[in-house]
Amino acid sequence: MVLAIKLSFLLLLTLFSSFANYGFSLYEDQVGLMDWRQQYLGKAKHALFHSSKSGRKRVVVSTEENVIASLDLRHGEIFWRHVLGPNDPIDGIEFVLGKYVVSLSSEGNFLRAWNLPDGQMAWESFLQGTSPSKSLLLVPKSLKANQETVILVFSRSCLHAVSSLDGEVIWKIDLTENSVEIQKIIQLHDSDIIYAVGFSSPTQLDQFQINVKSGELLKHQTATFSGGFSGELVSVSDDVLVTVDTARSNLVIINFKNGEIGILQSPIAPVIDEFSGLMEIVPSKLSGLLAVKVNSLLTLVRVKGEGELEVVDKIPGQATVSDALLVSENQHAAALAHHEGSHMHLTVKLIDNWSTSFIDENIVIDKQRGSVQKVFLNSYIRTDRSHGFRALLVMEDHSLLLVQQGEIVWSREDGLASIVNVVTSELPVEKKGVSIAKVENNLIEWLQGHLLKLKGTLMIASPEDVVAIQNMRLKSSDKSKMSRDHNGFRKLLIVLTKSGKLFALHSGDGRVVWSRLLQPFHKSKDCAPRWLNIYQWQDPHHRAMDENPSVLVVGRCGQSMDGPGLLSFVDTYTGKEISSSSQTHSIVKVIPLPFTDSTERRLHILIDAEGRAHLYPQTSEAIGILQSEFSNIYWYSVEADSGIIKGHALMRKCVDVVDDYCFESKDVWLIMLPSDSEKIIASATRKLNEVVHTQAKVVADQDVMYKYISKNLLFLATVAPKSSGEIGTTTPEDSWLVVYLIDIVNGRILHRMIHHGSTGPVHAVFSENWVVYHYFNLKAHRYEMSVVEIYDQSRADNIDVWKLIIGKHNLTTPISSYSRPEILAKSQSYFFTHSVKAISVTSTSKGITSKQLLIGTINDQILALDKRYLDPRRSINPSQAEREEGVIPLTDSLPIIPQTYVTHALQVEGLRGIMTIPAKLESTTLAFAYGVDLFFTRITPSRTYDSLTEDFSYALLLITIVALVIAIFATWVLSERKELQDKWK
Amino acid sequence: MGFHCGFFICCLLICSSVAFQSDELLVDDDEFEGTQQIQYTDAAHTRSTPPPSRPTSTRRRFSDPDSDSKVQFQLEHSFGDSDFAPAGLFTARLKTSSHGGQSLTKMRFSRDAFTEEDSKKFTTLLQEDGFYTVRLGTNVLKSSGESYVYSSVKSRCLVRGELDEHFVIHMDGVNILAINYGTPGACPFPRQLKLPSKWSFNSLTFLKSGEQAPRTPVFAEDILVGETGEGEGVKPPEKSFWAKYWMYLIPLGLIVMNAITQAMNMAEEQVSGQAAGQAQPQQSAAVVQRGPGSSAVRRR
Repeated sequence: MVLAIKLSFLLLLTLFSSFANYGFSLYEDQVGLMDWRQQYLGKAKHALFHSSKSGRKRVVVSTEENVIASLDLRHGEIFWRHVLGPNDPIDGIEFVLGKYVVSLSSEGNFLRAWNLPDGQMAWESFLQGTSPSKSLLLVPKSLKANQETVILVFSRSCLHAVSSLDGEVIWKIDLTENSVEIQKIIQLHDSDIIYAVGFSSPTQLDQFQINVKSGELLKHQTATFSGGFSGELVSVSDDVLVTVDTARSNLVIINFKNGEIGILQSPIAPVIDEFSGLMEIVPSKLSGLLAVKVNSLLTLVRVKGEGELEVVDKIPGQATVSDALLVSENQHAAALAHHEGSHMHLTVKLIDNWSTSFIDENIVIDKQRGSVQKVFLNSYIRTDRSHGFRALLVMEDHSLLLVQQGEIVWSREDGLASIVNVVTSELPVEKKGVSIAKVENNLIEWLQGHLLKLKGTLMIASPEDVVAIQNMRLKSSDKSKMSRDHNGFRKLLIVLTKSGKLFALHSGDGRVVWSRLLQPFHKSKDCAPRWLNIYQWQDPHHRAMDENPSVLVVGRCGQSMDGPGLLSFVDTYTGKEISSSSQTHSIVKVIPLPFTDSTERRLHILIDAEGRAHLYPQTSEAIGILQSEFSNIYWYSVEADSGIIKGHALMRKCVDVVDDYCFESKDVWLIMLPSDSEKIIASATRKLNEVVHTQAKVVADQDVMYKYISKNLLFLATVAPKSSGEIGTTTPEDSWLVVYLIDIVNGRILHRMIHHGSTGPVHAVFSENWVVYHYFNLKAHRYEMSVVEIYDQSRADNIDVWKLIIGKHNLTTPISSYSRPEILAKSQSYFFTHSVKAISVTSTSKGITSKQLLIGTINDQILALDKRYLDPRRSINPSQAEREEGVIPLTDSLPIIPQTYVTHALQVEGLRGIMTIPAKLESTTLAFAYGVDLFFTRITPSRTYDSLTEDFSYALLLITIVALVIAIFATWVLSERKELQDKWK
Repeated sequence: MGFHCGFFICCLLICSSVAFQSDELLVDDDEFEGTQQIQYTDAAHTRSTPPPSRPTSTRRRFSDPDSDSKVQFQLEHSFGDSDFAPAGLFTARLKTSSHGGQSLTKMRFSRDAFTEEDSKKFTTLLQEDGFYTVRLGTNVLKSSGESYVYSSVKSRCLVRGELDEHFVIHMDGVNILAINYGTPGACPFPRQLKLPSKWSFNSLTFLKSGEQAPRTPVFAEDILVGETGEGEGVKPPEKSFWAKYWMYLIPLGLIVMNAITQAMNMAEEQVSGQAAGQAQPQQSAAVVQRGPGSSAVRRR
């Protein structure tokens, strides 16, 4: 019976393969039916409020994902947004001329002006400097009204003055010779003179006086301070700068009175009781006040002229202070946000008179957002003419909140712009008895809906009906239900973000089902958690009704590889943290094993920095399972810098550690790539859960080829070290690309191939018995894609029927990596127009459906390319038999068919990864792409050959059947009558 | 492209050995290699003869000794966790091509025999199915390399009567990228403990350098169009009449068959019709007989 079904599948496949060119394409009204996109920004770095009286109120933010965007202040929607690319971090943004926002990016290399209303780029200028340095952006207050403003940029050791009208560089001063690291640029009292202040050595302060208009260097002054400077230079008022000394216990106050430098040192200890430890300056612009962190308390200190200090406020706990905001003439206000229990306390105070506060609000913020990281303050005039304030808060989970009148006006989950990894989880099984009642309730609705659909099908629907039909299709409650569906389309996407927050997104509409900020159970100073990856921990099938699936999140303390590891287990239905622990050992690598214990928890091996393996879950049952497979567990490690690939195997229990779950490993093999000629740049392995339907491939002349299918293969790409930089830095003669296929159990190099005159970046995908990779061909000046397919020659003899009958075949012999493989590798290369950001392949539940490559192109779209275009058997003139089999005549480049863009008209900005998840329905793959934006869709590489489409009109079918039955009866009655009459004649 | 003359497997040599190692042995292999390369064009699956059968002969050189130089490098082995100890010697000729690139040819290998201690170690290794590891220095020109490449195999895989071993050395110029060590045959997982009948190795050695990628086909579009156009022109005659028109022929056949059966039915009907015709008169007769009665009723 199963065979019959499979056969019919195959038949259908061959039937549909003739349409496969257009296997995926959408009609206009299908957009949004099974795909969704969400747009995000990332963690905000800077925010500028633009609340002029005319026009819509907006806030411009720049983020750590290199996004600059303008948001609606009322609703938080995006007016416009630009993603600057991964190597273009934003250093600062400012308003100029009231109509542009300028952004400085790439360590001060690019200055761009964006038109405020629509986000069009007005101009861009490339600022050249000499040596890398800190970059600063300053827009001096215009001296006279209607005068052209100058933008001052310090970048790469040069000070530039740039015209705000067209981005022309007016003047440039090179400060490389003085080797001064400029920290601050100050403009004193609307004068023409600006002061650039910086350090040339730890003890020497340099000050340059520069005429803004002419760019003339008026004066260069230096002052030395024996205590030494450390940390940032913060301006307290117009002419006072403050920093700390190297001992970090004294404040160093620098005065500019009449252009002279005066340095004063004043210890912090007398003003703060119980001073111990170190002092840290919190970078802020609080005119008159200074924020320092002492004893992990945020302390606000007023600095008076002659080095006198006065503590204004001490705030316990997590606290953040905003920059000063000019409220009225000579009055500055600042916002202070800190947590008190479950509330967030927001106060806005007058800087000159800290005891009075404008507002004092308690705001309830979801615990899962963590603490406030940044506050941006903005004021407005209330209806009663008093000052009102609103604050933009950046939270620990990178979300963005606008708070006004003690309430959260809007919030954005911008943490989702920086996804680390994704796993999927099934939804709960629908409990019986619930759904029937629901259907009964909606029976009339259901009927109405079908009637509407019927109208649509019969083309008698009015335009309003068409809109209603479309809305009904888009908002179909079916796709966003919180239960498992028959086709496996509904899933939970469990997403780990850079901030350490887990989100569960519903695959139907992308809404956040739950979210959880992961906290190590003792969050302390010495453990700054960094969450690395997420793994499927428990995926119950047998007991799906009683047990919830869970995921394992792995992290480590601090940045170094040998920091202690962190584990957290989270229930995927509720988002509850089942348990979390901090380990004594470090975590370098996590290996999910293909074994599960009796509660269907997957066994994992965690490798620490010393090369020891730790088994999880830590139960005796798990040890029992591991012992039986002990000698069959191998893994590899790559040291990319030295070009060493090592294989490891489990050896014995740890000797020096008393831990039953700890095992020592042995280095089994080592491959060393010559570091002077090869540098590892890319690798790819097969997906662990990939299903291969058949091992054999029937080729045209009734011949069979056996795929070499091994889960232990590693694809590795290396390039010449010289050409590992950007494309164009080397000549074709000096560059080459070498690809390897390595069996990671015994370190066997199965295939090694050199592409001369080619270079990276390489993107590769490995599936079944083939690898597809993308690289740049310097000789042809084009991007190329290559395919390598590997076939097992040792099984090639099995096609002899007589051998099969006599039993002299090796189909039943187990395959071992220690057996010598006889493989045949076939390869072919094609030109490809686009450069590639990510590459992936569709995967289906049984592996029968033909495959498509999902290619993330440079314009952040996803192109679905049929795998048949990348087939080494393609030839210029395929034989008739080959054509019938579906071999496409060879062309030198791969076609880009616009209809096959999976993302249709949308863009997934900042695309970083594409994930494919098999649905239960064999024909369908779910694809999730992430970057700054998120995109989800369903793909059917060979069309939906195994189910009716969703908009299939059952009502029409029913009516047709009813009509036919009626017709049958009617004709029967008629014919009876006629017969009777005939008989009477 | 000239220096990539040998696309992949360049050279091989085999030797098996037990105790002794001499120049003669190498020369013998030289000759041996010549014959074997004729026999096995793919340079695979060679099996050396045991040492006693080898004749001794004087040294000969095939190639010009001026352009070649001889290099030797040592193979070291370890049993499980033990330290590495010398196990054999590879000898090869260093060939300098006109491009300046260097490569090795005519590799041959002589293995040291297992000492008593080695055999003991190996036996214990077999009992616990441990790893037998071999290693080589990464640069053949430096005799004492600090960096090594190594490879291991489960010791039980090696025992197949004698000890069978199989080296694949991956080279890039004079650098050794990797050594793949194993057994020439299969070695499926539940490995049985078996002691070798003889403590001698059958060694097979391959030298491999990278394969060059096939070049991307570049052809002018018009040629392609022309070819496909031609192909389409040629295509129709290839199809047989049946292949082309089966979809019409089958329904036609069905219709014909249907018609035939109907015709036969007609014939039958006629027969039965006749039968019915014979029956009818009786009926009608009966009606006729009854007729007056019924008419009488109607008339009433």
